[in-house]
Amino acid sequence: MNLHEYQAKEILRRFAVPVPRGIPVYSQDEARAAVRQLAAFPQAVKAQIHAGGRGKGGGVAVVRSEREALEAAERILGMNLVTPQTGPEGKQVRRLYIEEGVAIEREFYLSLLVDRATARITFIASQQGGMNIEEVAAEHPEAIARLPIPADGVSKSHGQQLAEALGVEPGSAAAADCISLAENLFRAFTESDLSLLEINPLGLLANGRLCCLDAKISLDDNALFRQPDLRELRDTSEENPTEMEAAAHGLNYIQLDGTIGCMVNGAGLAMATMDIIHLHGRSPANFLDVGGGASGERVAHAFRILLSDANIQGILVNVFGGITRGDDIARGITAAAQEVKPQVPLVVRLAGTNAAEGMNILDASDLAITTAADLEEAAQKIAALTAGA
Amino acid sequence: MAILVDKNTRVLCQGLTGQQGTFHTEQAIAYGTNMVAGVTPKKGGTTHLGLPVFNTVAEAVAATGANASVIYVPPPFAAGAIREAMDAGVPLIVCITEGIPVLDMLAVKQRLETSSSRLIGPNCPGVITPGACKIGIMPGEIHLPGRIGLVSRSGTLTYEAVAQLTAAGMGQSSCVGIGGDPLPGTSFLDCLRLFMEDDDTDGILLIGEVGGTAEEEAAEYFASLPAAQRKPLAGFIAGRTAPPGRRMGHAGAIVSGGTGAAADKIAALASAGVRMAESPARLAEAMAEAMQAGA
Repeated sequence: MNLHEYQAKEILRRFAVPVPRGIPVYSQDEARAAVRQLAAFPQAVKAQIHAGGRGKGGGVAVVRSEREALEAAERILGMNLVTPQTGPEGKQVRRLYIEEGVAIEREFYLSLLVDRATARITFIASQQGGMNIEEVAAEHPEAIARLPIPADGVSKSHGQQLAEALGVEPGSAAAADCISLAENLFRAFTESDLSLLEINPLGLLANGRLCCLDAKISLDDNALFRQPDLRELRDTSEENPTEMEAAAHGLNYIQLDGTIGCMVNGAGLAMATMDIIHLHGRSPANFLDVGGGASGERVAHAFRILLSDANIQGILVNVFGGITRGDDIARGITAAAQEVKPQVPLVVRLAGTNAAEGMNILDASDLAITTAADLEEAAQKIAALTAGA
Repeated sequence: MAILVDKNTRVLCQGLTGQQGTFHTEQAIAYGTNMVAGVTPKKGGTTHLGLPVFNTVAEAVAATGANASVIYVPPPFAAGAIREAMDAGVPLIVCITEGIPVLDMLAVKQRLETSSSRLIGPNCPGVITPGACKIGIMPGEIHLPGRIGLVSRSGTLTYEAVAQLTAAGMGQSSCVGIGGDPLPGTSFLDCLRLFMEDDDTDGILLIGEVGGTAEEEAAEYFASLPAAQRKPLAGFIAGRTAPPGRRMGHAGAIVSGGTGAAADKIAALASAGVRMAESPARLAEAMAEAMQAGA
């Protein structure tokens, strides 16, 4: 689950991490009140969407008066913001963050994540802040420092290493800030069950102190059960409504831009099914994992979701039953097909537990369902049936 | 004896009396797995499915000599269950549970570094030595005893691979699903090493997927082996068509920032000498080709 910048900064504030003063607003009236409350100029008016590159899309404005601030708020609030990360369709801006301006001398990059290879929470730091860190990593890998934190936690020496990595002057206020920053960010990460905490840029201000100018936080979805306060921060307007509906039914659905709808049990087999569709000259309209032990009811929901995609020209069902039973899947398919009446070809391949019973149910139904004995045959059949569609 | 488990493995189940534990233990017993005990706090002294139930893993191990544990415990308590099995000195721990918080697994993983226990999973189908011992949720009947080792990050795609091998008459020495989580207890590379050193395994099939660098590490290891120590290897990576930055079902399957892309993994494995299947329908074929070509 992703958070907005203002939510991320609120969490950082709770852990005594320095961030500029700022106020989130949802309307022009709230914007006016916020601008007056912050009082001093310049201020920054920042679109709050779950995507980076907001400045490039015109979603951030630095303003020097109340009039300028309100003009920017008027323009940005409600706009469809297109950034390199939103895709061409963009995202509607529903919230703004009005923030006090700060005088910046230098910009750094700093993040915290769980490094898979070393099984350590690791700081990633670079003197090249404000940039796309993946580009820096690709072009100047030597410009990125990694500081793994050992199992017994963070200590003063990590803050000192951080200061060194960022190249701040030894003995300066900023070097001292690095020590508290490392400790407090680490606490924020572990106590809030974060999966990513990215500060880009981390600013060295004209007053010699460090300050987090932007913040991006992703929460570990698996840990939300013990983070009730953070769970409340979910902004459902940022999420794909079909994907949310799918999740409510225990389905893992991701919309893609192809034409073959797929319904599969298990993520690996679902990706493999997408791959084989591709090998047969078609492209998948979605990723859909019905999960283990899928009931007929869940299958029926999955069907409705697939058919709600107007681009769909055919459907391929590929279920290899372990816990999931082929006859349950077959009953779910026939029930859903009778109700929804798909107007596109439907190919079903069942294997594993009770697959033969499932195939018998499908063959005995009077629905236009094409069955396939294996993955290759299933892919061939759906490709042939959608040729020229 | 294949790898990890055989007919002498004595298995206890943590979470035996729950719905999942009950269902899969019934299946394991029917398959012939030597199930010896169950552990459910506060239910010690009772029996379930004909097995004695204990309050703690330590008690179960002391009473039954169990040397493997399978965990079907809900996510909030699963890491605690793994730690309990480690503390009781269980040599092999297989955690099926999906959805354990990353930081819980991080703590487990860091403790494993100084532990003698081996953890398979979490979020995995388990491990099976066909005809001898099944620990986990895989359908037993698709397997065939034989001499191909299989290691996979996936669940149902593993079944697909097994079914293809069995249909082609290529039996399996052992099949290990290491799980799709970002911090698996046992890595792709660990399993590859075990199979490479196992006298009962002649060839190995690797099933990977997008995300992480596990396959690249396996490729590097394989390429570094002297030719005489190599066994024929075939492989497949799922997710060539997965869009970057999207999480495909489990945490393992996410491509980000140029690392973890399927194309990179395929290239790394192929250049190390692994026979890569282009299509998931040709897994057994690729294995047969690798066997024919020799190491």
